[in-house]
Amino acid sequence: MAGEQQALEAMRPTSGLLARLRRSDLLYDFTRDPTAMAAAVILLVFAIAGLAPQLVAPYQAFDLTQIRLQDAFLPPVWLDGGDPRFLLGTDDQGRDMISAIIFGARVSLFVGLAGVLLALLIGVSLGLIAGFVGGWVDTITMRIADIQLTFPAILIAVIVDGISRAAFGQADRDRAAVFVLILAIGLSGWVQYARPVRGATMVERNREYVAAATLMGIRTWRILIKHILPNVLTSVLVIGTIHLAVAVILEATLSFVGLGVPPTEPSLGTLIRIGNGFLFSGEWWIAVLPGCALVILVLSINLLGDFLRDALNPRLK
Amino acid sequence: MISFLARRLGQAVIVMLVVTALSFVMFRFLGDPLVAILGVDSTEAQRQALRADLGLDRPFALQFLSYLGNIVQGDFGISYRLGRSVEAVLIERLPATVELAVSGMLIAIVIGVPAGVYTALNRRRFVSRVLLSISLFGISLPSFFMGVLLIWVFTVKLGWLPSFGRGATVDLGWWSTGLLSISGLKALIMPALTLAVFQIAMIMRLVRAEMLEVVRTDFIRFARARGLPARAVHYRHALRNTLIPVITIIGLQLGSIIAFAVITEAVFQWPGLGLLFLQSVAAADVTMMSAYLILIAALFVTINLCVDTLYLIIDPRLRGRSKNARS
Repeated sequence: MAGEQQALEAMRPTSGLLARLRRSDLLYDFTRDPTAMAAAVILLVFAIAGLAPQLVAPYQAFDLTQIRLQDAFLPPVWLDGGDPRFLLGTDDQGRDMISAIIFGARVSLFVGLAGVLLALLIGVSLGLIAGFVGGWVDTITMRIADIQLTFPAILIAVIVDGISRAAFGQADRDRAAVFVLILAIGLSGWVQYARPVRGATMVERNREYVAAATLMGIRTWRILIKHILPNVLTSVLVIGTIHLAVAVILEATLSFVGLGVPPTEPSLGTLIRIGNGFLFSGEWWIAVLPGCALVILVLSINLLGDFLRDALNPRLK
Repeated sequence: MISFLARRLGQAVIVMLVVTALSFVMFRFLGDPLVAILGVDSTEAQRQALRADLGLDRPFALQFLSYLGNIVQGDFGISYRLGRSVEAVLIERLPATVELAVSGMLIAIVIGVPAGVYTALNRRRFVSRVLLSISLFGISLPSFFMGVLLIWVFTVKLGWLPSFGRGATVDLGWWSTGLLSISGLKALIMPALTLAVFQIAMIMRLVRAEMLEVVRTDFIRFARARGLPARAVHYRHALRNTLIPVITIIGLQLGSIIAFAVITEAVFQWPGLGLLFLQSVAAADVTMMSAYLILIAALFVTINLCVDTLYLIIDPRLRGRSKNARS
């Protein structure tokens, strides 16, 4: 029986992402962790809603032709005066809150993901190069990282925004707002990738397989990407997940204080900023509901990040 | 020990120089200071005169040196937005931010450290799990939204606390404090709490992780074997050995709490440095931005230096190590 099992195991494709995933402990751990599964389901919902908001959202929230002002300030259905057409109520312009949240979450997730990718790209490449080349390249990169690490991400992001504001005019800046945000998140977050990748690269550099590859005449950049990068990818994945939560919060925060995306294409942070103006007149749902969506989104990412960190860290087993 | 401190001081000076250079470049190349001061419809002759007056026609390096000289003397220039000297505005706004940050940090330490110790010592208890879940929630709750929720509950619904400003302040020389009046204290509660939430969660998780590491070590087992009471083992042996990373993080967090104050101050319209900075960014007030940048950098560098020095005082092993490193 056991021999047959082994034979079957050997016949399975050894490469390919799906096959590797099926044999890994990660999937096993995942199916036994209800919290992680719930978080993944919530994220999946957000992802689907983000990819195809036109299909999921009941209304085209930011299509000006669909806005009806007589529907403004309707409370959620469970309150007096709620309208069953708008389950979570409407905002000051008569927009359906569910649709506004779906479109807002889409912008938040897009900016967060793009910012994380940018940070990852900068951080991983600088980390690889610094760790592999060493010498003054390493010294300079790590000094810059040290200096930047003394400044919190939010401050760097605000400064990037301030510089973009001084460099462009107001109108140009509004158009470029999303890219400025992505740049701000990327530039404020690369250090947390660069440091561990550099450390791991310095260890891997002295392994035999790297020496063998060098002797075979494989170019340095190829060794870095094809041989060293896969070995540091796990920790990058964990950092990336947790960074995504931070990035989404960062984007929301910047948008809330008015330095982020403009109200014409609002993110969750912008929606909270808009709703904040109606808090005192009693229309609390305009600010609080997008905020709840934001918290659920970030909490799910954090839970999944915690799970990945524990599952991929062999020391904790 | 002295060589260690000297090295750190040298690094601090380099960081300050780099930041000053950056903010000089920003000041010099972003926007046109001549247009900003004189207005768009100034004549070419006026601009030439001002350029010579401000020394902008001199070589680049010379300009940087005089910029550096001015800053060392505490002269940061004139704010484009307010038309007043930057350093006067900064000093005026400083007390509000310092009082907010320090009270936020105190709340975080007073709640976070005991909660961390408790959850580490009673890992399997139900209360620990609840506390840990709350801390994860605290990390996931953006501080500005926390502020919005607080205002909604305590100002709009209950009407207990003011939603903006500092309340009445008392002048003590150049320092105006809000801590000596009832309305000042009431105004402080919500902003300080907002600022503290993230830090509570962070400190708690950190103390917990460190305690778990230390409790596992042999010398704790040995202390238990000697029959020392649990209190003594936990607080005199275990907690003391977790303090080093905790103090580092708390020290470094004091800087980030001042940065986070930018957001809290915006939510509660708290008249501190953070709100000033945000308004300057929104108005592209470059002189104010560079001055704030340099000020924050100085603050961070000072905090780092203090943390390093504290290390040496707390942990005698480090003194030996730095000697070994030299030989």
